[in-house]
Amino acid sequence: MTGLHSHRYYTSATMSPGYLGNYAPLLIHILVAMALAGVLLSLSALVGPHRPSREKAQAYECGMRPTGDARHPFDVKFYLVAILFILFDVEAIFFYPWAYVYRNLPRLFGFYEMLLYIGILLVGYIYLLKKGALDWNK
Amino acid sequence: MVQDLLSRLGMQLPKEFALILPQVQLGIFALGILLTDFLLDRKSRWWNAVLALAGVGFSGKALWNLRNLEDVSAYHSSIVVDPFAVFFGFLFLISAALVILLSVRYLEIEDEHHGEFYALLLLATIGMMFLATGSDLITLFLGLETMALSFYVLTGFLRHRKASNEGALKYVLLGAFSSGILAYGFSLMYGIGGSTNLARIAQAYAERSPGDPLVLISLVTVSAGVFFKIAAVPFHMWAPDVYEGAPTSITASISVASKAASFALLLRIFCTAFWPIRPNWEMVVAGVAVASMTIGNFGAITQSNLKRLLAYSSIGHVGYMLLGLVAGTPDGFKGIAFYLLVYVFMNTGAFAIVILLRREGVIGEDIEDLNGLISRRPVAAILLLIFMLSLAGIPPTAGFIGKYFIFLSLIETGHYVLAVFAALYIAPALYYYFRVVVHAWMREPGGAARPTISVAQGVALAACTLFILVAGLLPDRFINFAGTTLQSQFLQMILR
Amino acid sequence: MIPTSHYLVVSLLLFTTGVIGVLTRRNVIIVLMSIELILNAVNINLVAFSQHLASLDGQIFAIFVITDAAAEAAVGLGIIIAFFRNRQTLLADEMDLLRW
Repeated sequence: MTGLHSHRYYTSATMSPGYLGNYAPLLIHILVAMALAGVLLSLSALVGPHRPSREKAQAYECGMRPTGDARHPFDVKFYLVAILFILFDVEAIFFYPWAYVYRNLPRLFGFYEMLLYIGILLVGYIYLLKKGALDWNK
Repeated sequence: MVQDLLSRLGMQLPKEFALILPQVQLGIFALGILLTDFLLDRKSRWWNAVLALAGVGFSGKALWNLRNLEDVSAYHSSIVVDPFAVFFGFLFLISAALVILLSVRYLEIEDEHHGEFYALLLLATIGMMFLATGSDLITLFLGLETMALSFYVLTGFLRHRKASNEGALKYVLLGAFSSGILAYGFSLMYGIGGSTNLARIAQAYAERSPGDPLVLISLVTVSAGVFFKIAAVPFHMWAPDVYEGAPTSITASISVASKAASFALLLRIFCTAFWPIRPNWEMVVAGVAVASMTIGNFGAITQSNLKRLLAYSSIGHVGYMLLGLVAGTPDGFKGIAFYLLVYVFMNTGAFAIVILLRREGVIGEDIEDLNGLISRRPVAAILLLIFMLSLAGIPPTAGFIGKYFIFLSLIETGHYVLAVFAALYIAPALYYYFRVVVHAWMREPGGAARPTISVAQGVALAACTLFILVAGLLPDRFINFAGTTLQSQFLQMILR
Repeated sequence: MIPTSHYLVVSLLLFTTGVIGVLTRRNVIIVLMSIELILNAVNINLVAFSQHLASLDGQIFAIFVITDAAAEAAVGLGIIIAFFRNRQTLLADEMDLLRW
């Protein structure tokens, strides 16, 4: 569809046969970390004394009495902001391919094209603003 | 309009722009309605409907200028404007106009009269038009999702009604699921074809062996996704719930326009990329068609809610239209196009009668609410009879001509068993359509009030009735109009 | 270099996980998340094929699929909030007002 880049757009160096080999240290690191965590946890479970009491069984175990359930529903405003964030965040994704091909586009065409795109986003933004979706106290 | 304005300002647009002008006009009006809605007070919300109708009008004008084009592709061949696209474009615009006319009064009664309704309807129409013009997987996918996302919101538009919430939630979950499966199929098609262009994918499919597992998985996933969108058995479960929960005018739109758009998608894919592997799917589509007719027609018999009844009947109609694809002859494709055109008017008309029954404090969706309509509002009862006759496929209505072409194509290709099935299912259809008519004509009205008809509703009802009768008695012009779709290159390629 | 078929297997596993999630989970939020998994499987396919074929189309398609996933999540969550306000439940089998 783009038609602009039918050639291979990556160099062979990034995908050479030894490519996976670069990750070997990372793999060793993960294995050592996992082994260490396993050893320490099992040592404390095996060696340490167990004297459970009511105070200790409490959440946080810090002298504060827990008030209510931690899993209470959030205010719906948080969801709204999260949803709006996703939408305006994902919109930025289109700037990357645009920036990549910008030089190959006819003069100013790419500029106006992006201006149009942002214009449409602006309508959505004004709509949100007028609806009061961004007003936290509403 | 847009072009005049810009050329007056001295701006030169690329030639390709004229090809998507119908969609652009709709888009401008949709965004405009979102903003002007803030300027209107409660009483003058109907201006939104006027604006939306104007948008449909301008879009129709732009589409009219494209009517004589033969297969122009543009934007790196991601869209193609051919008679097929123009025919379906008109179909969507007509449906959108009818739905707008029917919505004004209904939304006022529901107390949900907002500009967003019309804006979303126009956006859905843009999506449908891109579905009909798309010749590239990306365009098709985006068109489908633009349409579907708008309809998810519109289904849940009656925020304070639990049925509307529930219908929307089921629609969005099942719809997104099916879109995901469809997208998975599209990704495999891209891998097999090496391109997102449908014509190139068709070449690649022709070169592959038909038993290739990738080919088969792509066929299965794409057909599952598309069958869901047209509500064919076994992917029909959502239809009755969504139809019942949605605002009635949107139900009309989902059952008519969204179905036609999904059929456009189905024909574009099955008649290009999947045509070389036709032996793989021919029997499956025939089975789906027969199953849809069976479940649709027998399911409708027991329904007492009018919207659910029409939902099951629409599943049955999908079965008939799919048979045209099984035949795969010029008459078959012409039959599908004509059937969809008639279906726009007869089904919208039937839902319009249901809309008339909605009043303050009366939901008016139960079959009992029709009782004694003949004495309460004779015009409505007579129109209901015409719509039901047409849906059942009785001459001299247009519904008969649609079914006639489907039967003709089946007999031409020697599918006698299928033709017999299709003919037999008219019996249960007659039974439940006449049950509706009996309630309106023979039952005592009880204490129910007289339904009133607003001017806009009257215009929409008159248009539907006029078309059904004229296209039933003098069908030639309309058959020719449906026949223009056959001149599209992608259909010429397979019919040659 | 990792052969393309490996990506396809990962994608197929992800797709299957998503489908099973949609079909068996009762909480609608988890169903929505399973649908996102399916779309991610699609993206892996598209990018793998794009690399294999050395054509950019697949990556452009993937960007559009990501956008669509975001829009679907937004619309889905909006409808779920409206539903929850009226019904106080998120379980799919308590949606019984309209027969499934």
